[in-house]
Amino acid sequence: MTESTALYDIPGPHARRRHILYGLASTVVLLALAGWLLHLLFDSDQFTSTKWSPFLYKGIQELLLEGLGNTLKAFAYASVLSLALGAVLATGRLSERRVLRWISTLIIEFFRAMPVLVMIFFIFVALKVQPLPALVAGLTLYNGSVLAEVFRTGIHSVARGQGEAAYALGMRKTQVMTYVLTPQAVRAMLPAIISQLVVALKDTSLGFLITYEEFLHAGKLIASNLDYDLPFIPVVLVISPIYIGMCMLLSWFATWVARKERRNPKTKAVEVAPAEPQTLLPGQP
Amino acid sequence: MDVLTDNFSLYGKGFLGTVELTVYASALALVLGFLMASFRVAPVGSFRVFGTVWVTVLRNTPLTLLFFAVMLGLPRFGLVLPFEVFAVLALGCYTSAFICEVLRSGINTVPRGQGEAARSLGMTFTQTLGTVVLPQAFRTVIPPIGSTLIALAKNSAIAGAFSVTELLGTYKTLSELGYNIVWTFVWIAVGYLIITLTISALFHVMEKRWGVAR
Repeated sequence: MTESTALYDIPGPHARRRHILYGLASTVVLLALAGWLLHLLFDSDQFTSTKWSPFLYKGIQELLLEGLGNTLKAFAYASVLSLALGAVLATGRLSERRVLRWISTLIIEFFRAMPVLVMIFFIFVALKVQPLPALVAGLTLYNGSVLAEVFRTGIHSVARGQGEAAYALGMRKTQVMTYVLTPQAVRAMLPAIISQLVVALKDTSLGFLITYEEFLHAGKLIASNLDYDLPFIPVVLVISPIYIGMCMLLSWFATWVARKERRNPKTKAVEVAPAEPQTLLPGQP
Repeated sequence: MDVLTDNFSLYGKGFLGTVELTVYASALALVLGFLMASFRVAPVGSFRVFGTVWVTVLRNTPLTLLFFAVMLGLPRFGLVLPFEVFAVLALGCYTSAFICEVLRSGINTVPRGQGEAARSLGMTFTQTLGTVVLPQAFRTVIPPIGSTLIALAKNSAIAGAFSVTELLGTYKTLSELGYNIVWTFVWIAVGYLIITLTISALFHVMEKRWGVAR
């Protein structure tokens, strides 16, 4: 970082030398911390061959892959359905009919304020639905409501002249929406939409809590195996990089899309959203 | 209705559990988030790297995985604490990554000229930070911090599934007692709505009071 920020001036030679010193000291501290963690892992016998041997077996690899597949399946269903629900709810909120607007606002605000897990448990326990549909339905209701707000923000962020010009040309509201506003809004909100899908992907792990046989569930099965000396830490060390890696890839994709769309001439009349999940306070206009 | 009146103490306990979790985890998240944000804007490279890694990893970790690892993993290193503490740790660390990003983007919204003007007046670093940069950043971060804390309150439901006393966890006892499961959930939902809407109202007031008119 060579340019100055609001926080401090560009450092001179003296300050730079001091910063390098701080940097070295903190690196040593961090390395020591990492070493201590490794030492703890070794000390509590986490790297014995019995604990790691299960990953060599074909059956266990297949179990893990199957869990991963189930996670991705839930994610695929949930993302497609929540995009559809989001589109419907956003249309409702932007409708000219007051009743439709109120109903969709009510739905959106309710599901945004409710923890996803409560929804999932309600569908699973009270409505006695199978784990996968319960998980997908809960995720869809929550993410659909959030995506509806994202879509609406996108439509409102298109420069006002665009809609006005389209109306002036004699287009109907549906035409203005489909030909003028939505294409620009989707381009602008694509990073935010993908980031919301990252949230959906992360939340598929909630399926673990309702005994859906997803990735974590497979891990738990292996971790509670006495034959391999309860290999809990090895399982976590294997599962988390895969899980976090998948989410990171999708997040990076969102950032990449944001950068690409910002350069795109088609987003001149609209501000491209940052690649972050939307953080609107409930009840905010 | 009688589900609520018959089991008021059970609901009350769960409600208080959720509130407690939310308050403690929020405090931890705000402190850690502030620390990490200051790391991320520090002039020292290794601080910045540490902050960035912390944020990137935690933001992309499923919270259930984090709970799974903390609740069932830390005891294997001989670290035995009550489940509530583990839950606060997991929730707080997870949310701190989001708080950090909010604070950092808040600091970035302060125009560079503000700091330069402050320094050219001869203000020290602490003065620049305390009287010029942070007050302006604070005004812009109120709504996003509010929605992050609401997300935290909602995420605390996961702790209930890991046998921490908490609002969602009450459904198990009640359904064993044979109460109507739909109404049980209605009151749980009302409890969560009370918590999230309170936080929302609180931050709306703060925004009215201190927010920037844009």
